[in-house]
Amino acid sequence: MKILVPISKVPDTTSKIAFTDGDSKFNEEGIQWIVNPYDEWYALVRALELTETSGGSVTVINVGDATSDPVIRKALALGANEAVRVDVNPTDSYVIAKEIAAYAADKGFDMVLLGKETINYNGSEVGGMLAEFMNLPYISLASKLEVNGGVATMDRTTEGGVEVVEVKLPFVASSAKGMAEQRIPNMRGIMAARTKPLTVVAASGATAKTAYVKYGLPAPKSAVKLVDAENMDELVRLLHEEAKSI
Amino acid sequence: MSVLIVVDTKNGEVKKSSLEAAQYGVNVASALGGEAVALSLNASNAEVLGTVGIKKVLNVTDASVSSSDPQKVVAAIVAAANQIGAKVVVFAHDSTGKAVAPRLSAKSGAGLVTNVTSLPDTSNGFVVSKNVFSGKAHAQVNILSDEKIVSILPNAFGVKAGEGSASVESFSVDVSGINSGITVKEVKGGNSKVVPLPEAELVVSAGRGLKGPENWGMVEEMAEILGATTACSRPVADIGWRPHHEHVGQTGVAIRPNLYIAIGISGAIQHLAGVNGSKVIVVINKDPEAPFFKAADYGVVGDAFEVVPRLNEAFRKFKSANG
Ligand SMILES: Cc1cc2nc3c(=O)[nH]c(=O)nc-3n(C[C@H](O)[C@H](O)[C@H](O)COP(=O)(O)OP(=O)(O)OC[C@H]3O[C@@H](n4cnc5c(N)ncnc54)[C@H](O)[C@@H]3O)c2cc1C
Ligand SMILES: Nc1ncnc2c1ncn2[C@@H]1O[C@H](COP(=O)(O)O)[C@@H](O)[C@H]1O
Repeated sequence: MKILVPISKVPDTTSKIAFTDGDSKFNEEGIQWIVNPYDEWYALVRALELTETSGGSVTVINVGDATSDPVIRKALALGANEAVRVDVNPTDSYVIAKEIAAYAADKGFDMVLLGKETINYNGSEVGGMLAEFMNLPYISLASKLEVNGGVATMDRTTEGGVEVVEVKLPFVASSAKGMAEQRIPNMRGIMAARTKPLTVVAASGATAKTAYVKYGLPAPKSAVKLVDAENMDELVRLLHEEAKSI
Repeated sequence: MSVLIVVDTKNGEVKKSSLEAAQYGVNVASALGGEAVALSLNASNAEVLGTVGIKKVLNVTDASVSSSDPQKVVAAIVAAANQIGAKVVVFAHDSTGKAVAPRLSAKSGAGLVTNVTSLPDTSNGFVVSKNVFSGKAHAQVNILSDEKIVSILPNAFGVKAGEGSASVESFSVDVSGINSGITVKEVKGGNSKVVPLPEAELVVSAGRGLKGPENWGMVEEMAEILGATTACSRPVADIGWRPHHEHVGQTGVAIRPNLYIAIGISGAIQHLAGVNGSKVIVVINKDPEAPFFKAADYGVVGDAFEVVPRLNEAFRKFKSANG
């Protein structure tokens, strides 16, 4: 089984979010970059589990410049067999999906597993676009994936429920919690990652459909109003009369 | 410039998130000076869209055209958009929007923005606000293409339903040529009466402070009294005290209810990222230094095992006095 896992580079979840250049750019100063958690914990680990049990290989792909290389190495350390980086600034989801599709077009992948969304831009966009560009079925928000003789069975999460779906390979799916358990890379994996291939390919030249114009932070919260633990009637009164939330 | 709103259903009824999207679409259409038309997927009560100002609904009556098979939904949208000359397509950013909108964008070349929290500003392009960094910031995004797709963040606008009933036409689309090979084998838990977390207006949530799954009775009781949906912090779902779909936060479900009550949750930055869009936050924690108090509107410093039963009692009293 040949599996492609698109991975994104995102700021560590504890990062202080700030902007520069007149609020037009994310302030990268002091930011630790990580593999987007959904891509790493769920898509990549499930891809590794599948190839560990039934053979095959896992290729990770990132659309980005050389600053992505450390997080790509992390994915290799976790066990991916090879990595590809499409050397272009990932301006929007459309560009990212188009570039991945251009690379994957003639490679014969049996499946593409993405994360459900990136934690910085929160798009949930790349997977569906990629499926359309590759003319493949798309299963979004999969929380379980089993493969048996060319057919995959997946749990697709919907509001308040789960749909069990079946689809023939090849397909594109986005991965949500439940797919797999997070893994920690070991020393051997980290050493091996140094010699695994990281191929840099040129972009096909897709153009963006959207442009980020400006960023902003939410208005600061006013101070908490403390209510005496003995007096819950007062809390209920405040929630009703002041906050008007019940 | 017409606006097409994609309306999905649950058990045949228009989803609340879709009603909100329809209302948004009506506002976009009136700003652009066009008509707002809804395309509903197998709705039994599509006329309800009239309560948010929709006059005309095209209702697909082919069960195979559902969000489980995005390619077919895309075909229906393209046909409907051509028929009415739509330049803007609106979705709710729910499981349907996530499955279908990106596919439509790639197919049509229309730029897509998801998680949208504002009406478009058309004074200089077509600029909408969206949440980024899991709600820790927002961004303004310009859609550069001629045709545009937006998918709006559930609960960002709320539904202000009035009077009115939409006229519903049956809309047929030939999807026989589309074979995506997806079959739905089973649907689990879709009939539950509980409001799903992304749509819930009241959420009661608890964390590791509750010590064990056997102590969730009082949390469920509070949810029951208020008609709220239950949620939890990530470690609680990871150790299996609660189901995964209850996990809220940066790597779980992002929510923005009217009221979020957090019990025995410390308020780690990754937790806050998924809940800080809540309109009112109540925190119950025995540690006055818990970081959650900085993000709260109301706080109670105390032991959950004493405070929560007392609060349940007070809620119950309030409910019986106020109906
Ligand atoms: C990449 C990454 C992503 C993450 N994503 C998420 C996410 O999406 N959602 C999420 O929730 N977490 C997430 N986390 C985990 C997060 O960092 C915290 O570890 C987690 O939120 C803590 O959960 P908790 O508050 O339930 O537990 P704890 O931190 O253990 O806090 C328990 C709290 O309960 C209080 N308490 C104890 N006993 C009582 C009592 N009797 N009465 C009242 N209060 C009591 C304590 O004072 C304490 O504040 C993520 C972490 C990482 C690294
Ligand atoms: N720059 C990128 N390079 C490769 N894959 C990406 C990139 N950005 C996003 N992805 C993949 O697309 C998924 C959805 O991203 P998004 O649509 O941006 O929320 C992520 O979880 C990744 O699997």
